[in-house]
Amino acid sequence: MTATDERSHHAFEDEFQATIDADQRIEPRDWMPEAYRKTLIRQIAQHAHSEIIGMQPEGNWISRAPSLRRKAILLAKVQDEAGHGMYLYAAAETLGVDREELTEKLIESKQKYSSIFNYPTLTYADVGVIGWLVDGAAICNQVPLCRCSYGPYARAMVRICKEESFHQRQGYELLLAMVNGTPEQKAMVQESVNRWWWPSLMMFGPADGDSPNTQQSMAWNIKRHTNDELRQRFVDMTVPQAAALGVTLPDPDLRWNSERQAHDFGEPDWSEFKAVITGAGPTNAQRVAHRRRAHENGAWVREAARAYADKQAAKKQEAV
Amino acid sequence: MSPHEVHQGEHDATNAYQSLSETTEHDDPRWAFGTGFEDVEAEISAPVPEGTDPADLAAYCQMLGDDALIYSQRLSEWVANAPELEEEVALANTALDLLGQARVLLSRAGHVEGRGRGEDAFAYLRDQAGFRNIALAEQSDDLDFARCIARLLIFSTWRLALLHRLLGSADPVIAAVAGKGVKELTYHRDYAARWALRLGDGTEESHRRMQAGLEWAWPYVEELFRTSDEERRLVEAGVAVDPAGTREEFDAVLAQVLEQATLARPEVAPVGTIGGRSGRQGIHTERLGHVLAEMQSVAREHPGATW
Ligand SMILES: [Fe+2]
Ligand SMILES: [Fe+2]
Repeated sequence: MTATDERSHHAFEDEFQATIDADQRIEPRDWMPEAYRKTLIRQIAQHAHSEIIGMQPEGNWISRAPSLRRKAILLAKVQDEAGHGMYLYAAAETLGVDREELTEKLIESKQKYSSIFNYPTLTYADVGVIGWLVDGAAICNQVPLCRCSYGPYARAMVRICKEESFHQRQGYELLLAMVNGTPEQKAMVQESVNRWWWPSLMMFGPADGDSPNTQQSMAWNIKRHTNDELRQRFVDMTVPQAAALGVTLPDPDLRWNSERQAHDFGEPDWSEFKAVITGAGPTNAQRVAHRRRAHENGAWVREAARAYADKQAAKKQEAV
Repeated sequence: MSPHEVHQGEHDATNAYQSLSETTEHDDPRWAFGTGFEDVEAEISAPVPEGTDPADLAAYCQMLGDDALIYSQRLSEWVANAPELEEEVALANTALDLLGQARVLLSRAGHVEGRGRGEDAFAYLRDQAGFRNIALAEQSDDLDFARCIARLLIFSTWRLALLHRLLGSADPVIAAVAGKGVKELTYHRDYAARWALRLGDGTEESHRRMQAGLEWAWPYVEELFRTSDEERRLVEAGVAVDPAGTREEFDAVLAQVLEQATLARPEVAPVGTIGGRSGRQGIHTERLGHVLAEMQSVAREHPGATW
């Protein structure tokens, strides 16, 4: 590196830092540190993969939805998730990677997706509970990302958050209908909440002390709150909603702390969390195998589309 | 201060989240009927057109509704299985459009019949013989994208031709479904035709697969143009169209697409009837029982439940 290169490199870095410090947006054409780019690619890809893998657990119930209205709502929701995946892969592509390459990393388990989708959906109540708790936790995580320093990611999140809050309301509304239905339906909701509560709390990631990347992400305005702050916010929001539903959250340590003006709550089982994120959750292998099968079964279709486009382009060329 | 006011005011979207337990107001149109059919919903209780036998009309609404419902059920099997995300969105959207049409038509059937059955009673509580759909709708494409496209091309070309002619139906609900459905089916047909071109004129492998997809679907084509007794009577009342009258348009569209896609029109025998009876008379292929077993399982497991 020559002396001039080094000086201009410093100038770029200063400009980048000034943009971050002023809480303004970095755009694709702006200079950015390599580590910032890498962090964003990893986070956005992981987020995109989560949207796509997340279609599986709920898609599991589309064919069996117990009313046509519920079927339409669920089908529309799962379709929205495919759309979210598309926006997010497109945001990642502004950083110089492409969808195909990221999908390969997903099916080779070289990139992660949200731990929550490694749990099975066992009853129709799970559709409602996922909407309420999982889309709910996603909203808590994602609303601050609407102010993320990277422009394309922030803009994708604005669009996605609107739809997520709709999913959350629909999930909650299904649960309201169920708890007001037969005693069996109410019991189904409680049983589902018992299974999903702790995995939902784990969606915010490890405790702050065990989250090495948080500080750097916060310094870059990619992240705005720590995992524990977001988890606390989620618990505080969810408790009154659970009360309104008449379901019990399965945590004997959960209580209002008037001194802190927040709820105290128990510790998730972090050994289960570690197992799930390292591939040993209840459905990890199934989810990845499903995604791989769909991708590989579609290879000949994508190839045909490319071949056809090439032929058409060649024809146009000839015509000129 | 109540617990959930702790973080109030920081972000708008989280406020929407917080308001969950305080309100259940359904201000978004998607809440009401699920798929934007509210305008039609108002007409479901319109009187039966003069000179029309309500039993015939109820049966006809079930035919059109069941075609859409059962095919939508099959199409939604593609969710999380499509070759590309754009196809995920397009196929789910097609399934949703058809589901929306089915819901209105089955609601109309229930109203006309006058025995208090709603859309869900038709979808979840009828047995196989009560369904009036054509066989093409109930087949499994085994997640073969070429079969998927072949069926979609055939189904949407046929249904679009029907709906075009139903725009002037004397039944206001059928006319309204046709009005919205023509736009939807135009898109479905266009989507299928574009993929038929890509697959037919793509690679050697895709050409072979697309041709095989057509051969798979073709035995079910003839049934689409067979006229039931109910349809024959309703044509006279200005309510229905004779499906036999759409054959020419269907053949012309298919010929054009297949030629451009370098595909051949299959020469295969149509599946036979039993004493002249098939889907419109409640006589189905072995596949429908499996579709219903799955579709109806949760609803039937919980009698008296509300969803
Ligand atoms: Fe999403
Ligand atoms: Fe969602």
